[in-house]
Amino acid sequence: MASAREVKLRIRSVKNIAQVTRALQAVSASKVQKAMQAMYRTRPYATKAWQVLTHIAGQPGRSSLHPLLAERKEIKNVLAVLISGDRGLAGAYNTNIVRFSLKHFLDYPAEVRYITIGRKGRDMMIRRHKDILAEFSDLPAAPTYTDVSAIGRLVVDEFLSGRTDAVFLLYTDFVNMIKQIPTVKKLLPLEFVSGEERVAVFAPAPKRMHATYIYEPSQDEILDEIIPRFTGLQIYQAVLESMASEHAARMVAMKNATDNATELSADLQLEYNKARQQSITNEMLDIAGGAEALAQSS
Amino acid sequence: MPIRCEIVSQDRTVFQGDVDIVVAPSADGEMGILPNHAPLLANLKYGILKVRTQGKEEVFTVAGGVIEVQPDIVTVLADAAENVEEIDIARAEAAKVRAEKFLAEGPPPDTDTYLKMEAALRRSQLRLSAVRRYRGRRKASYPGSYQEESNK
Repeated sequence: MASAREVKLRIRSVKNIAQVTRALQAVSASKVQKAMQAMYRTRPYATKAWQVLTHIAGQPGRSSLHPLLAERKEIKNVLAVLISGDRGLAGAYNTNIVRFSLKHFLDYPAEVRYITIGRKGRDMMIRRHKDILAEFSDLPAAPTYTDVSAIGRLVVDEFLSGRTDAVFLLYTDFVNMIKQIPTVKKLLPLEFVSGEERVAVFAPAPKRMHATYIYEPSQDEILDEIIPRFTGLQIYQAVLESMASEHAARMVAMKNATDNATELSADLQLEYNKARQQSITNEMLDIAGGAEALAQSS
Repeated sequence: MPIRCEIVSQDRTVFQGDVDIVVAPSADGEMGILPNHAPLLANLKYGILKVRTQGKEEVFTVAGGVIEVQPDIVTVLADAAENVEEIDIARAEAAKVRAEKFLAEGPPPDTDTYLKMEAALRRSQLRLSAVRRYRGRRKASYPGSYQEESNK
């Protein structure tokens, strides 16, 4: 059994850790609220934009409408946009999304390149010698659309130039405080299959017959404007979802750490008490033994 | 028969309800949309958007965006939008002064900040002129007056 002094030192360090994790938990709790608000604020717009696009998809001859809607026959190069966090201490949040993407593209019959958002994902991908086209880290705590629009532009450029035949978005879908799911979503060419999980994220598309649109000013001009923008919007929404997920994951991880530390310190306290009592008993035995010896010798 | 109208900006839902007519500032000019309009997809420019329900009119400023029309619903996806009644005059005024000051210093054009400030200036001007013209005016104007609308 460890000496009382050693145990006392350990108790102190465990309590210190508990203090730190409790503080982090409180910080994450407030951050997750903010992130959730940001996420829900942009939802109406994203939902409406999605509906408009499903209507466009209902138009006859959709793949000739716009190059971003056209499915490529041969898929040789794929781009994956991986959204992770900048910081660790978030439980399995970063590992989960990275492992999920590696698994998703394992044995993939095409060349995969990555655009990483968030430092952790970038580092893990570099360690695995993956091909990284671009990386975006240190996004502000509350990103605006402008902060991520560059990513959308880059993706659209890569796709239109022919260097990439399909673009996937890998992010963590925020379900609730304790459940976040790594998700893959096809970003380009835009797909409009309903009954997919993507529809669950946005609103179910209303089923209706569409006459052909009147476009103003012109079809090309307006599709050129709104389709790339919606692509950017999807990335933006995914970033917000991931951020909320990250904070929620960190909060839960920190709560667990605090609980464990509290439990551990209680156990150690018990051990300390035993050790202390043991040493007192020993001392008393020594004294009693000494007195006995003295009494016998005299 | 009314037509449903939903106006969303990038960060919230600004308006939703059943209305009789929507007048929107499309890129090619003012556009009035009545129920059973043919499907339409159009760009919006900076300007004033009005919806009218049974003689009551609500006025919104719209800073660009997209409008989608289906026979029974009008969806406005605005980059920024607000009801004229809820515009914060002091804030718009301050934004205008800030932007004007920045632009007066003659920074290099075509940079991000420059374009951002220019857009901010246009937005605040639009808001201020909208407030001046429409704030507190509860009665609907006659349909003819839509033509003389200016967004300056």
